[in-house]
Amino acid sequence: MQLDIAFIIEKVLLISVILLGSLGIAMYATWAERKVAAVMQDRRGPNRAGFMGLLQPMADGLKLFFKEEIIPDRSTRFLFILGPALAMLTAVMTSAVVPWGPDIVTENGVISLQVADINIGILFIFGVVSLGVYGVMLGGWASNNKFSLLSSIRAASQAISYELAMGLSLVAMLMMTGSLSLREIVEQQHGFWDGGYFTWNFFKQPLGFFIFLTCAFAELNRAPFDLPECESELNMGYHQEYSSMKLGFYLFAEYINLFISSTVIATLFFGGYNFPFMDQVAASVSPVLFAIICVLTLLTKAICIILFFMFIRWTLPRFRYDQLMRLGWKSLIPLALVNMVITGAVILWVIK
Amino acid sequence: MGVYEIIFWFLTVVALSCALGVILSRNPVNSVLFLIATFFAISGHYILLNAQFLAIVNIIVYAGAIMVLFLFVIMLMNLNADTEPQKNRLVQIAGAISGGTLLLVILAALRTSTITTLDQTSTDIGLIKNLGKTLFTQFVLPFEISSVLFLSAMIGAVVIGKKEKENPLAP
Repeated sequence: MQLDIAFIIEKVLLISVILLGSLGIAMYATWAERKVAAVMQDRRGPNRAGFMGLLQPMADGLKLFFKEEIIPDRSTRFLFILGPALAMLTAVMTSAVVPWGPDIVTENGVISLQVADINIGILFIFGVVSLGVYGVMLGGWASNNKFSLLSSIRAASQAISYELAMGLSLVAMLMMTGSLSLREIVEQQHGFWDGGYFTWNFFKQPLGFFIFLTCAFAELNRAPFDLPECESELNMGYHQEYSSMKLGFYLFAEYINLFISSTVIATLFFGGYNFPFMDQVAASVSPVLFAIICVLTLLTKAICIILFFMFIRWTLPRFRYDQLMRLGWKSLIPLALVNMVITGAVILWVIK
Repeated sequence: MGVYEIIFWFLTVVALSCALGVILSRNPVNSVLFLIATFFAISGHYILLNAQFLAIVNIIVYAGAIMVLFLFVIMLMNLNADTEPQKNRLVQIAGAISGGTLLLVILAALRTSTITTLDQTSTDIGLIKNLGKTLFTQFVLPFEISSVLFLSAMIGAVVIGKKEKENPLAP
């Protein structure tokens, strides 16, 4: 096996850019969340640090770094530190299989804007999502606090329950695409309109999309499904005993998850980096500029979905725990199964 | 030694030492974590064998779902090293004898067996397309029968977990 130095440098550069980019977007997602909340509640929101409070995320980060770090006496020390580390790790791992843009073809070769084009991309995402539970569970248990433990068990059971419906809703979509590779799924959604119908999967699988979106809310622990952080029942939730940057990592991982899952939703259902009339644009500009336009398209879609997540959070009240479980097991899973049967019938008799 | 061998030996050492950690650590939560690490090392071996589907399913099903449930139960039972009950001496001796016998049987079986050398050429049978085609053509009957087995297990779990209707006053 021969190591290719240029290949490794290219991938390391790409990974660093994606990592720093998602960290930056996650930072400003915290700012955007507070601004959106302020606008919806008729307040001003952060407006002291910098123009329109734009320096607020930096100030918050600095504050978290300089706070005193407390590790509780009766906690399991190693697992207490491992918890936020795992949460952060699993949050950024999903970005490896997302195709951020089309291949840039130059004279010197092809530059891919995807870290790893594996043929099981969607399963990789599911694998990482199912591991995301460990960060919360270990942190909650290692704190040696009853509220943390209850909250982490809630988070875990919620994540496991909604993973099922999430997977079933995607099975119907995979029956249409016939591929598990995210790159192929994106390329099948080329442009916007082809052969008398929309190419984007949202128009082919509307029901699947809504099931997936609901499950994404639950997987992200966001309102209206933020039961693990339900302060009226559990004080602060699984990160009650955490302070300083360890708490920061838990909160930050949530926003990275928000950004990455918005990107995944955009990739799976809204055509990824594809946009209407892209062939005409590709013919008139240079390949590098075209790739930049494509990346910006994907980011715009992702940001729109993030804003949608935020509007929902500040609109709907929180579910009760039994309502959450009933919705997951008795509504979403049967609905996803019905969607699967309908898709199978359509593929068998209509599309062929 | 090429990159392949280095990764192979690294994964082997990790898998074996984590497997030892599962049975040697006194804290059950640590045991579960070692078991998860073992699954990861084995998934790495699957990837080396070009069986990506098997690798990721191993992680999703075992590390992602079953081990979470294990952790669930252990956390709720709050088992600690110092609350571990002292085992009966008779049980300990019986365990040692049966374990030793099992080891003997395995050793005897391994002594006479010949080691078949594996094909060095890479196969594509572990890729999801080929695996799916094989499962749904050549092995379709065993595959469907095992799915019926899973279904019956699921229904059984639902029946056991169902609340009793006859006695509404029971706690």
